[in-house]
Amino acid sequence: MNLLFALAGAPLAFLLASLIAGRHGARLIWIAAPVITALAFWLALETHARPQGGALGGWMPPLGIALEADGLGAVLLLTCALTASVTGLFALGRYGGARPESARRYTFWPLFYGLWAGMNAVLVSRDLFNLYVAIELLSICAVALAAFGSRQAAVNYMMIALAGSLAYLLGAVLIYAALGTLDMSLIAQRAPEARASVLIAAALITGGLMAKTALFPLHGWLPPAHGAAPTAVSALLSALVVKASFVILARVWFEGLPGLAGAGVITAFGVLGAAAIVYGSVLAITQTGLKALIAYSTVAQLGYLFLVFPLAGGGESATPWTAGAWGAMGFHLSAHMLAKAGLFLAAGLMIYGAGGGRIADLTGLARAMPVTSLAFGLCAVSLMGLPPSGGFMAKYLMLIAALASGQWHYALVILAGGLMAAAYLFKPLARLFAGTGTPAIRALPHRSMALAPLVLGAAAIALGLLSAEPYALMVSGLPEAGEAGLEEAEP
Amino acid sequence: MSAAMLVPILLVLAPLVPALASALLSGRARARNAINIAFAAFKLGVVAYALAGVEAGAFYEWRIAFVPGLDMVLRLDALALLFVTLSAVLWMATTLYAIAYLKGSAHQARFFAFFNLCVVAASGIAMSGSLITFFVFYEILTLATWPLVVHTGSAKAMAAGRTYLAYTLAGSAALLAGIVWLESGSGPVEFAAGADLSAFSPLAASMIFVLLIGGLGAKTALIPLHAWLPAAMAAPAPVSALLHAVAVVKAGAFGVVRVIYDVYGIETVAALGLGLPLAALASATILYGSLQALRQSDIKKRLAYSTVSQVSYIVLGASLAGPFAVIGGLVHLVHQGLMKITLFFGAGVLAERAGVTDIRQLDGVGRRMPVTMAAFSIAALGMIGVPPVAGFVSKWYLAIGGYQSGASWVIAVLIVSSLLNAAYFLPLLYRAWLKPAAPGLPDRNALAASRTWLLIAPGAFTAAAALGAGLFAGFELSPLSWAALIAERIYLP
Repeated sequence: MNLLFALAGAPLAFLLASLIAGRHGARLIWIAAPVITALAFWLALETHARPQGGALGGWMPPLGIALEADGLGAVLLLTCALTASVTGLFALGRYGGARPESARRYTFWPLFYGLWAGMNAVLVSRDLFNLYVAIELLSICAVALAAFGSRQAAVNYMMIALAGSLAYLLGAVLIYAALGTLDMSLIAQRAPEARASVLIAAALITGGLMAKTALFPLHGWLPPAHGAAPTAVSALLSALVVKASFVILARVWFEGLPGLAGAGVITAFGVLGAAAIVYGSVLAITQTGLKALIAYSTVAQLGYLFLVFPLAGGGESATPWTAGAWGAMGFHLSAHMLAKAGLFLAAGLMIYGAGGGRIADLTGLARAMPVTSLAFGLCAVSLMGLPPSGGFMAKYLMLIAALASGQWHYALVILAGGLMAAAYLFKPLARLFAGTGTPAIRALPHRSMALAPLVLGAAAIALGLLSAEPYALMVSGLPEAGEAGLEEAEP
Repeated sequence: MSAAMLVPILLVLAPLVPALASALLSGRARARNAINIAFAAFKLGVVAYALAGVEAGAFYEWRIAFVPGLDMVLRLDALALLFVTLSAVLWMATTLYAIAYLKGSAHQARFFAFFNLCVVAASGIAMSGSLITFFVFYEILTLATWPLVVHTGSAKAMAAGRTYLAYTLAGSAALLAGIVWLESGSGPVEFAAGADLSAFSPLAASMIFVLLIGGLGAKTALIPLHAWLPAAMAAPAPVSALLHAVAVVKAGAFGVVRVIYDVYGIETVAALGLGLPLAALASATILYGSLQALRQSDIKKRLAYSTVSQVSYIVLGASLAGPFAVIGGLVHLVHQGLMKITLFFGAGVLAERAGVTDIRQLDGVGRRMPVTMAAFSIAALGMIGVPPVAGFVSKWYLAIGGYQSGASWVIAVLIVSSLLNAAYFLPLLYRAWLKPAAPGLPDRNALAASRTWLLIAPGAFTAAAALGAGLFAGFELSPLSWAALIAERIYLP
């Protein structure tokens, strides 16, 4: 059995198993977490040697379905497995056996595995239709999980997600009509034949994926949905779901349609990304609710990802490493997965312990919940882009690429974004230390729940200390345009 | 793994073990204290081994890649070892002092965890062999110090923490901007080789220099970036001692030395005409800090402004860039550390045991608390520059260095500054020793009951060290000889 199919299929198998197991389904996470993480680790080791690929039943495209994992895919599969595993184990505390009967205990786990399956399928697919199916699965599960929190926010989320899917599907159909294929590498070969219709299709696909990624100014649905959801769900939505649509977007432009993007498109991505950083950070600073703050932080952090469009290829001659901006994107994707999930989990525990969700409610909590507070701090360090952390590696590589290619305005935005992140994250951090007494807190359902965000935070830090191997993997087998830049790429 | 690679790792990891152990051993004070002391002693042992090795020309280096071509480098050259030795010695003294000072107070586990993390950062900064390594540890220091500044959680401490972050994080952003601008043109910079500035125009190179020094200046407390340091006085006394003597301000000053000598190189700094403006800024800081110190009646605040002033001697020596000036600046890195930590130890003891925080309360303290005040007085005299205490040696070399470099005005700055030092330190000594005891002062019996030798001995030890460093400056392995060794290796490669 091909490793890629195993990775895409394993969460689906657990989805079915959790449906069958009913109220015992929660315990499956004890098997799912180690199995899928081990598979992802195995894939990373294999991909280190050479990019992985395979076709279902041996039928290669255009006839069959092919799956592929390049280095970036392998890193993200592993990070995603780690994040989902830890979040899943954390969720046992809430959707496990100890609580009174509720419908959510039955519905959470199938949706959780469905979301995981959608993520994995997105990361190994290279076919526009497969990607559509994968992201639909992901979106449906995400919307249903968001409804655990606020139904209104989930409905808004659904509207945006459906509109995005529709636009994406329309774009894919146009591409199929014009080029007769949906396979990424075949699109790349044939795109120059029908430039005009491909351009329209690309615009539709991009618009749809931007809405799903919540890129400014299409971010409005995100903070209510992520802010109102239960803790584990917020972590999954903010850390994983929004990354999937971005990865597809990056693959479409860098792998499928290199050379199509003119200076205007590239600049548009860069400007929107920069605007997202500034706007999201400013709104995060003004929040008084802890989860709303973290949700707006996601809006800001997603902006950094879009800077890969103008920065790819920047300063290749000046640096001893290759594909700095592409590596920065990889570091940012994986560091944000770990740190944002950890931050939401820590925040959830602190809100539970303190009995209130405002930042002011956190006063003195570092004394009552030291482990959770430390986890919050570690995740915050990575999000601020301070060393040593995966977030810092991303920022450093981005800054070098920006300055080496003379795009200093992006460097200024990145530096300002780091300072603003410090401004909004030190707000809750300072509350944790403030005051002199030790506040009384509600005991956690399980003491070990505090370890979940700690593991994620430590992983985000470790990514910045042991960064050489992940980096080598992220840039192995990358698309040509990821190294040379979009404008330089041959159509 | 060979010994050459092991030494730098051990020096960084030695404080990391008690940092983690302190966090885990919450509530078990004895075990925690034992581990803290044991590892401080272990580190001193490793330092002694390295001192002997480096003097004989040995070379210790350890590296690991962040990304291809961008390495984390820990490297023990003579300059690194100067700072490592200082931090190892003062770490031991401060650990003992902190154990006594915080005895019975709350949240010691957290305190010792971050305290040791600061020492990890200081060791890493000292041994950094590349700009990125320096920045990584520099930021760890920023982050590890903040919980110590806000340790008490009072409104004043929280405000001090905010001020501290505002200055240091803005400084870090400027430093990072300078580093990435530089490395985007020259590739990753290692201190052993220096930066290749050929890709930059003189104007760009100067702007990068300003960004780097400006960023470092926030921690060094160069004016106008000094305001956080007096505010940070809200922290517990051992933290102030650490901040002022080894960790934060020294990290900044050490970075300035690295940038001038090992990133740009003295010839380039001179060719770009950057040395003199920096020397002028350092001189302005020296005088301004002293003038402000004169206006403070709170003892710790006065000491804080004194630090603003004294740390700039290091920057002055580095920016003047003659062999004697360099020796004066580098040796002051050690001397100021020994003297300032003594003063803060003393201020902490005075506040803790006698409730003395203001200068006007000092009347007659000398005879009631003779050991503490004697140590305090030696350090204060050293700060003024009275021979044979260590501070005199620094100033002497700086003055000669200024003359050598054709900047004779430096001598005037030093004289005025010494007069100001005398003006703000001598009244303290006068009150403590010559005035009759104030009525509010606890009497002998009360003081005898609160006497803890663990609180008093570290200050006495560092005062003796400051005296010894001045008296035996000519001996081998004295701070002065070591600074001369460094200068020799800079100027006669």
